[in-house]
Amino acid sequence: MRIRAQMAMVMNLDKCIGCSTCSVTCKQTWTNRDGVEYVWFNNVETKPGVGYPIQWEQQLRWRGGWKLDRSGRLRLRAGRKLWRLATIFANPNLPVLDDYYEPATYDYDALVSAPAGNQMPVARPLSAITGQPMKITWGPNWDDDLGGSQLYARTDPNLAAMTQKVKFSLEQTFMFHLPRICEHCLNPACVAACPSAAMYKRENDGIVLVDQNKCRGWRMCISACPYKKVYLNRLTSTAEKCTFCFPRIEEGTATVCSETCVGRIRYIGVMLYDLDKVEQAAAAKDNLVEAQRGCFLNPFDPAVVAQAEADGIPSDWIEAARQSPVWALVMKYQVALPLHPEYRTLPMVWYIPPLSPILEATTALGGDSASADDIFHGITQLRIPLEYLAQVLTGGDVDLVAGVLMKLAAMRSHMRAVTTGVDPEASGVGLEASELEAMYRLLAIAKIPDRFVIPKRHKEEGAALAAWESGCVLDAPTTVRMAGPVPVAAPQFANRSGRRP
Amino acid sequence: MKLHIALFGVLPYLALASFVIGHIWRWRYDQFGWTTRTSQLMEKRWLMWGSPIFHAGLLLLILGHATGLLIPASLTTWLGISEETYHVIALVGGLLAGSLVAIGLTLLLLRRFVTKARLRIVTRSADLVMYVLLALTASAGMIATIGVNMLGGGYNYRETISVWLRSLFVANPNIELMASAPWLYQTHAVLALALIAIWPYTRLVHLWSIPLGYLVRPPIVYHSPVRK
Ligand code: SF4
Ligand code: SF4
Repeated sequence: MRIRAQMAMVMNLDKCIGCSTCSVTCKQTWTNRDGVEYVWFNNVETKPGVGYPIQWEQQLRWRGGWKLDRSGRLRLRAGRKLWRLATIFANPNLPVLDDYYEPATYDYDALVSAPAGNQMPVARPLSAITGQPMKITWGPNWDDDLGGSQLYARTDPNLAAMTQKVKFSLEQTFMFHLPRICEHCLNPACVAACPSAAMYKRENDGIVLVDQNKCRGWRMCISACPYKKVYLNRLTSTAEKCTFCFPRIEEGTATVCSETCVGRIRYIGVMLYDLDKVEQAAAAKDNLVEAQRGCFLNPFDPAVVAQAEADGIPSDWIEAARQSPVWALVMKYQVALPLHPEYRTLPMVWYIPPLSPILEATTALGGDSASADDIFHGITQLRIPLEYLAQVLTGGDVDLVAGVLMKLAAMRSHMRAVTTGVDPEASGVGLEASELEAMYRLLAIAKIPDRFVIPKRHKEEGAALAAWESGCVLDAPTTVRMAGPVPVAAPQFANRSGRRP
Repeated sequence: MKLHIALFGVLPYLALASFVIGHIWRWRYDQFGWTTRTSQLMEKRWLMWGSPIFHAGLLLLILGHATGLLIPASLTTWLGISEETYHVIALVGGLLAGSLVAIGLTLLLLRRFVTKARLRIVTRSADLVMYVLLALTASAGMIATIGVNMLGGGYNYRETISVWLRSLFVANPNIELMASAPWLYQTHAVLALALIAIWPYTRLVHLWSIPLGYLVRPPIVYHSPVRK
């Protein structure tokens, strides 16, 4: 047993209102620069929907993530090492700009510089890449709120695997929002695919970063990430990705997307895991969610604590692991599920599935969306939303999703009984009344200190980290004196055109 | 004669100095820019054909040039490869690799300058200079191979050019030998020297980053600021 700590996140999808505040604040912080105009480290998609980049879940096309080969060994889906090195001259699996979208700006200058005339001047759309006039025909979350779902959401790759066909008629459809960032996986395919060893996972907090000084632009990580969360900077031709706002995390502050989330759907906390179990869990034949849960270690177990201390995890981090809302939601209540566990990267941003598609359908069928019985009935009868959620969150295991939804429904009806003064019945989902109430508090009314339990980087590490990583990035474009990796392409800030020799 | 001294006695050393100092400077101050400068994000269909063809041809050409220029004719003869056999192999190999480079480069140039506005805006002046020099050097080499060695009477460059090149390394350039070579070969050599001179300032540096270490490294890379 070798114990490592990981900063992890849970998002409660029922509460996401799809406002995209997270995407915007993230963009303002990290990708508000030339070269990454099309890049959204955080994006919000509508599901069912095609996503960003288009059909990113279609792994037959992009060959991202891992798979088991015939003898059951874990392999990158993109192929053997030699084959991947042979395709280094032109990566057959790489998405191009049009698979994301061509970002646009507007010719605002025309509004003030147009000569006097009879017509109002118009600001025409211009490509933010070439500056040429363009027609805006696509964008991230173009099919927002099922807009144009007959055209777009129909091609959602999750639908193809379902036994029942989703009808996109108004009465029968359902939708939810899916905010996505890099999963900071335990078994990151991006890192495994990087030919230059420029990508790395930090041992102290599990954050996955790209060393900008070592990235040579081989662009293998971009297609290897099954979530398409590594991006190519078109000017520097280096890879860039979500940093889990590591400078903020090191200071004990939540990521920008979490801090600014309007729906307060996000939770951040420490998870302790066993490094020696990672490969085995990623190569599990089935029950991938269970296998990944098997990597996580109970911070209340004295044996785990002793080993964690021996492995150099500071005591305040172990304490934070006990307080971790992620631990509570993933392991204690077991209501959070990983996004597409079948990609076998062991993602570390987990999701509480939305109950709302079931509630809506229950109401549409004439049931009472607050009655546990009606909802339970809905959960067992409404195969379509359930199957869809299972495709997204459990790799197709419908019972697992149904079990989680039952718990959420039980919590709803319990709290309704409590607030209306009726004696609540036993939940029947294996959770005590006190647990249901604690879960309710965490999901519904938790304040910032309960939602974000982030230990500061440890004092001993402070000096080393400062010298090694974040501290000197902005010093000068000189890179030679830096001891460690440089995860952010800082020189671009000084030189916006990105021109270099 | 003065021109010959400048081109074949001085220029090689200037190019070499630029090559060495340039690489040291670039590594010290711009590892961040030390990339392939890939533009695959902007255009993929042409690249899928042009780039592999071009790179395969170029790697073969580099191999061929190294053999032809650095291995003395006496060694191959001693190994039992006759002059005729050697030239047939060199001619066929050169034609094959040269055609690959020609086709690949044509596709890449068409792609960059004809197909899409998007590509023009990610093209820098260093890229332009590199493309021009690459195209000229390759053309001169191809014309010499086809014109002189295939259709013409043939020219045994291993007696002159190769000897001149090796004489450079012992700091005793044999300028007369090179001056006696046909002008096509001379042009090819001078262009190649220019290419070597600008090498460290262009995307060509990515040749030194061929990631062979990848084949032997463990898949997941962990870094720790404290744990060593
Ligand atoms: S989600 Fe993040 S850590 Fe996982 S493979 Fe993609 S980029 Fe790497
Ligand atoms: S800010 Fe929060 S509620 Fe709004 S889209 Fe993002 S995750 Fe959803």
